[in-house]
Amino acid sequence: MSVITFREALRAAIDEEMARDDSVLLLGEEVGQYNGAYKVSQGLLEKYGPDRVIDTPISEEGFTGIGIGAAMAGLRPIVEWMTLNFSLQALDQVYSNASKMRYMSGGQFSVPIVFRGPNGPAEFLGSQHSQALQSIYAHVPGLKVVAPSTPADAKGLLKASIRDNNPVVFLEGELMYSWKGEVPDGELVIPLGTADIKRPGKDVTLIGFSKPLRMVLEAAEALAAQGVDAEVLDLRSIRPLDEAAIYESVRRTNRCVVVDEAWPFASVGSHIAWLVSRNCFDDLDAAVELVSAEDVPMPYNHGLELAAQPSVEKIVDAVKRVTYA
Amino acid sequence: MAGTKGARAGAPAVQENGAQGDVRKIDAGFQVELLRKMLLIRRFEERAAQMYGLKKIGGFCHLYIGQEAVAVGAIAAIDLAKDYIVAAYRDHGYALACGMEPRLLMAELFGKATGVSRGKGGSMHFFDAARHMYGGNGIVGAQIPVATGVAMKIRYRREGGVVLCWFGDGAIHQGSFHESLNMAKIWNLPIVYICENNHYGMGTDFRRVSSVTDFAVMGSSYGIPGSQVNGMDVLEVHREVKAAAKRARSESTPVFLEVLTYRYRGHSMSDPAKYRTPEELESYKKQDPILIQKARMQETGFSDADFSALEAEFKAVCDDAVKFAEESPEPDLSTLHEDVYA
Repeated sequence: MSVITFREALRAAIDEEMARDDSVLLLGEEVGQYNGAYKVSQGLLEKYGPDRVIDTPISEEGFTGIGIGAAMAGLRPIVEWMTLNFSLQALDQVYSNASKMRYMSGGQFSVPIVFRGPNGPAEFLGSQHSQALQSIYAHVPGLKVVAPSTPADAKGLLKASIRDNNPVVFLEGELMYSWKGEVPDGELVIPLGTADIKRPGKDVTLIGFSKPLRMVLEAAEALAAQGVDAEVLDLRSIRPLDEAAIYESVRRTNRCVVVDEAWPFASVGSHIAWLVSRNCFDDLDAAVELVSAEDVPMPYNHGLELAAQPSVEKIVDAVKRVTYA
Repeated sequence: MAGTKGARAGAPAVQENGAQGDVRKIDAGFQVELLRKMLLIRRFEERAAQMYGLKKIGGFCHLYIGQEAVAVGAIAAIDLAKDYIVAAYRDHGYALACGMEPRLLMAELFGKATGVSRGKGGSMHFFDAARHMYGGNGIVGAQIPVATGVAMKIRYRREGGVVLCWFGDGAIHQGSFHESLNMAKIWNLPIVYICENNHYGMGTDFRRVSSVTDFAVMGSSYGIPGSQVNGMDVLEVHREVKAAAKRARSESTPVFLEVLTYRYRGHSMSDPAKYRTPEELESYKKQDPILIQKARMQETGFSDADFSALEAEFKAVCDDAVKFAEESPEPDLSTLHEDVYA
């Protein structure tokens, strides 16, 4: 077991998979000479050379589509989007090509590709650079969407994503890159579609993924001090979704709060809240609560931007509502 | 290269043989094969139109009639054992030119389980992985980065192949075109970009929406030379694409061609094409790629009877394709959820 950062865990996953399989390439803006906008790819150009660690121009649609074509032809590209905000430039390629190529061709083609980068707000970045875009990717059949919350999960899930024969959107977080955590030494591959109970509990199920999961764990500790024993379920993967793990937990606790830093309208969080409401109806002692971003673009001012996001207080308040406390 | 002559509106019909030198030097069997492929496409497309009218085929159906020489001449110039083709939504012609079976294509148009894409693709999504036919793409210009990525794989593996990527005069203004050309150039990718200029992006004359009307220059700002090719002459298309593919392959570089052509039908089956004059259409029909090639071959002994025999053969092929499609089963509803994930 080693304690490493989220960034180092991602790098280790890429490095190990590139060493294991020469069809794995990394391409994106600043991934090579600059060593990555967030230093995830530090040292990889030196190790693997410019044929495999490829600096692109600022042409998201173009290099995303190029990755898709290369994947159809047998390579396994990792496309780094400097942030998910810029992936909107490439959305047509992901929606119209990556996710549908297999279906439209009657199963003739696979698109084994990973699109990865930081998603969601960081700090002081304003409206265009602070978007949590999981909903638009999770919406599309044919894509997988992965969102780890710890370095160990980041490593194991990224390795599984690289080996997967489907297009995977892999969500990271700018503020997460420096997070530290224990990562098992040696080979670590975590199957996509397996949720993980990060904190067992019996009174309420808190469901989250990606960056807010840490906040959810803090809320659970605050609740414990108030005598509420919360279970924290980390989805880790949004598509495929481990519905069985969700229902198993909620049927034990009979109460559920979903936490998602995206906007609430037609979101991953709202979808999961609907799934739980529908499938655990007889087991629920209270309506499912959703803690989401406020339904506004992200402001620059720090006080305002914090107010726009989920918080420990908002989660604790939601738990109080479902426990009628 | 071919210079700037070719199928411009109101231009005189292409000169007899002039561009080809002595056609007698070109293998007669090869010429017959080109004619056969063009005629197959023409008759297949006419039959598709007929079946559309009978509501056997639904949705968008973009016919290739008039443009046959472009797909046929180009695909005859490459080796699909190592080369690849990527096209847009007017894709029936390329599919037939690369040898996909008319039966399976007609069945796909009918939405049947036996179709090349199991009835899930339709007219715009013909694919054949084994023949290196990578679609069939319904979003204007979306196939251009994909094709460029296939070329990246060839380059990465040092395989010696080349990609032919077709798109229309409408797609050339998409960012995907410009981004792809830039990256193909900086990464030395072996790809021939073929702008198949049929003069209309849906109902819009390309001259109304382009800052330049000579598309051959469109690659030059990326350091990619371009030239114009008369797309109504299958031998010229073949010769120019062969030269372009050779260059792309041997120098590992992108090449750009503007192939001037014309579609006789509307953009899709729902388009009566009222944005152009009957005179313009007729002027192009005088440059018909099949008639040009037939006339040329007649000088070297190809007879009307030979042509009639081909007509009969392809009528039978289309009859068979329709019969096969008619008799094929609908996809089982259980297949709805198949092919979403690998």
